[in-house]
Amino acid sequence: MAPITASDRITPGVEDVIADAKRHGNAGTGEHSMVLNMGPQHPSTHGVLRMVLELDGEIVVSLAPDIGYLHTGIEKTCEAKFYQQVVPLTDRVDYLCPMTNNLAYCLAVEKLLGLEIPERAQLLRVLLNEITRIESHLVWLGTHAMDIGALTMFLYCWREREATMRIFEAVSGQRMMTSYFRIGGLALEPPMGFFETVQTFLDTMPAHIDQYEGLLTGNPIWMGRLKGVGTLTAAQAIALGVTGPPLRASGVDWDLRRDMPYSGYERFKFDVPVSNDGDVWARYVVRMLEMRESVKICHQAMQMLEGLPRGADGKPGPIVADAPKIVLPNREKMKTEMEALIHHFKIVTEGFAVPAGEVYQAVESPRGEMGYYVVSDGTAKPYRVHMRNPSFATLQALETMCKGRLLADVVAVIGSIDIVLGEIDR
Amino acid sequence: MYDPASALTGKTFVFEAMAENPAVVALSELATDAKFDRDELTITVARESIVAACEAVKAAGYNFFETVTAVDWFPQEPRFQLSYHILSHSLKQRIRLRVMLHSTAASVPSITSVWPAANFYEREVFDLFGIDFAGHPRLTRIMMPENWEGHPLRKDYPVEGYR
Repeated sequence: MAPITASDRITPGVEDVIADAKRHGNAGTGEHSMVLNMGPQHPSTHGVLRMVLELDGEIVVSLAPDIGYLHTGIEKTCEAKFYQQVVPLTDRVDYLCPMTNNLAYCLAVEKLLGLEIPERAQLLRVLLNEITRIESHLVWLGTHAMDIGALTMFLYCWREREATMRIFEAVSGQRMMTSYFRIGGLALEPPMGFFETVQTFLDTMPAHIDQYEGLLTGNPIWMGRLKGVGTLTAAQAIALGVTGPPLRASGVDWDLRRDMPYSGYERFKFDVPVSNDGDVWARYVVRMLEMRESVKICHQAMQMLEGLPRGADGKPGPIVADAPKIVLPNREKMKTEMEALIHHFKIVTEGFAVPAGEVYQAVESPRGEMGYYVVSDGTAKPYRVHMRNPSFATLQALETMCKGRLLADVVAVIGSIDIVLGEIDR
Repeated sequence: MYDPASALTGKTFVFEAMAENPAVVALSELATDAKFDRDELTITVARESIVAACEAVKAAGYNFFETVTAVDWFPQEPRFQLSYHILSHSLKQRIRLRVMLHSTAASVPSITSVWPAANFYEREVFDLFGIDFAGHPRLTRIMMPENWEGHPLRKDYPVEGYR
């Protein structure tokens, strides 16, 4: 068999990589440097991230991310759908925190409509969002530790993630693509036994986090790989648009849940973990503390939900806004009331018109600031939906964090910024 | 429910009603139009003055660049609307800067000199809308393949793509 050469064009071939490196502005062909293609099929890139690295020995001279492998044109698709039909699309943007995407989109459209959401729906949204944050952080911890070589962590994290998946399945019938939130509230009343399941999960979670920390925090290999690696100063983080845990790990005390509250977050008492080190270790510490804070928020939400007044018939309060032309009626009403049937038919076939205007709604996703910019021209379909996703901006800081470090540290840094390619490429 | 009468439109109205707002103070010269709608402040500036406007609001405390994106109002003219979202950590406020572009001159100065974070966002707008950012360090396609024809998020580009 003839040896494989550059002329065989294995995609991406050697020549492609060098051409790419030149196009991305890297010298690529210096006397002491070599160009290395990393990804898109690389286990540590958490999806299909491709990087063109210029190396001097094992030292990273420059790094250019090449993205777009997962581009599905979600923003374009949104423009062809009714407002309520966009909700399932938002799940697919950041598939590790579907509820957060749902929330950001629903809040944006509700702001356009000027819709008031019942307190019970708001509290349930907060509760599910915080469980989503724990779930997303568990995926981060499992995969990040696996990249570094602590393979056992993955199994422990997936064990607890299974519990959160079951909670999502109970409310929405889906484990990952939940589409549980609706414009005006929530899709369904949580099933029987839901709150008991959540309570059990919340009661056991702090002990599990202790277990993770027992395996990692004092571990000399873990410390050696993480401490002092991939540092980012506060000024650099702000200049490069970094948000969320990496921003807080660089010493900027900013959390949208506390500083620009939405969906009733102003009523919750929680701490925002901040670290001044700015390295991979600091990001690990911040996220571990965030999981504990999320458990605290969930406990408060459960208490508030329990304390809500019940109706005369003993039933809990509504989970959707009183807006029959926007929110689908429940099945029972639809089959007994003519009005409800008409509204149902109208919403499904024609959608509902949204007053013209533009809004930007940002929420704190597990990865940082997730903003939905929705423009309406007064019809039933959004004129433009833009998603400002945290990973997209954080990826710009990758070169700053990796430059001058060893190639092996690139893997640790990518793990620490917790990117999701679905939301980068959209 | 939203009441369209609650919106303030026009530079004079908005700038009188929000005279103490730091962004309003900073942009009193550069603004050409303004809107305060649904608790969100939008200030329109001319294409040439976007970099100066960004520097002015940055000096006024709006330290964090969030996103820039475009809206295609095809077949209306001016066709493209650029929306810059800028956040202030200290004021806990957000403003939207707006630039309108004619389809014949779809080019705007890059603000990467003010916020390097705009780099990827401007590349995205260039890729999907075909708007040029003068002075951008590496203005290449970011989402679509390099040899792609057309700009998918333009309104005259079909949702299914060209077949």
